[in-house]
Amino acid sequence: MAESITLEIFRYLSESETKPAFQTYEVPFRRDWVILDALNYIKDNLDGTLSFRWSCRMGVCGSCGMMVDGTPVLTCATFMEKFLPGPIRVEPLVNFPAVRDLVIEMDDFMGKLSRVKPWIIRDEEKPLSQGEYIQTPAQLHDYKQYSMCINCMLCYAACPIVGLEPGFVGPAAIALAQRYNLDNRDQGKKERMEVLSQDDGIYECTLVGECSVVCPKSVDPAGAIQRYKATTAMEWWKSLLLPWGKK
Amino acid sequence: MKRTFEPFWWSLFGAGGVISAFFVPVLLFLNGLAIPLGWIDQPSYENLAALAKTPLVRMFLGVLISFSLLHWAHRFRFTLYDGLQLKHLNVLIAVLCYGGAIVGTLAAVYTLWIS
Repeated sequence: MAESITLEIFRYLSESETKPAFQTYEVPFRRDWVILDALNYIKDNLDGTLSFRWSCRMGVCGSCGMMVDGTPVLTCATFMEKFLPGPIRVEPLVNFPAVRDLVIEMDDFMGKLSRVKPWIIRDEEKPLSQGEYIQTPAQLHDYKQYSMCINCMLCYAACPIVGLEPGFVGPAAIALAQRYNLDNRDQGKKERMEVLSQDDGIYECTLVGECSVVCPKSVDPAGAIQRYKATTAMEWWKSLLLPWGKK
Repeated sequence: MKRTFEPFWWSLFGAGGVISAFFVPVLLFLNGLAIPLGWIDQPSYENLAALAKTPLVRMFLGVLISFSLLHWAHRFRFTLYDGLQLKHLNVLIAVLCYGGAIVGTLAAVYTLWIS
């Protein structure tokens, strides 16, 4: 059993003039340690200047996504043992600008997220006195999978189209749009379709499928996008063949 | 919905994928394995030619060829866009790919119905 393991960590200190570079750290190897434990060990014992995001340590908050040996993962859910004998290369998520070390800039993602209106849209809100909106377990099942997204952005790092087309709305946002489209309480399908049926919406996707491979919550954004393509294609033909139909 | 033609090309791409995935393996098996290896008797040229003249077979071959080409066109267009990163040749690539599929469709129609 290895005593220690080497981590090569991407360092970028935006306040200094130095170019980004990899810095090597030797950390104790423990079978029950995930990458995030090693990063925290470095921060606490070796180099307090290292910056990275993390919070829950249990795959719920979606903060600690990084590239580990070239693959986007949640570092709290990735054991070091997998990478023996090392070294392990840790980088910030690709397809995002790095702010400092392993911290990425996510404004662009937040903008895309709000573009698809991921909330329940009602034509008219009914007053509280009329009670809640009723949903059966079957109706919940229709969208539940897509509601599991934790916005960790691993799918954006995995998607080659996100890298090539900066305007592409991207996997998580489309899956989240579907989460609301398929919710029986929602009436905002049309509004979302206006955004997503455009050229920078779902049709940029070429079904590479890596988003679904890396998703730690099995949301299957690629599946969501394909389903949505079928829906919008059907609407497209309907509006062509039945132009007098309801717009 | 604002006018975009992506759903149109995508639905042809999808239809082409389904049709070719279902039927091309059957045709390949019959003409590429079963007949050459003698698993089934070799049909005569006259028989096959007569079969290809029946309306249903003409329709089948026409649809199969056309939609397979449309499937190819869409996929190849994005292969050039993203794979070779030629997005700046956008219009030219689209014209060549979909145009190629349309020319192929016309050639199939000509061969099956007119010649």
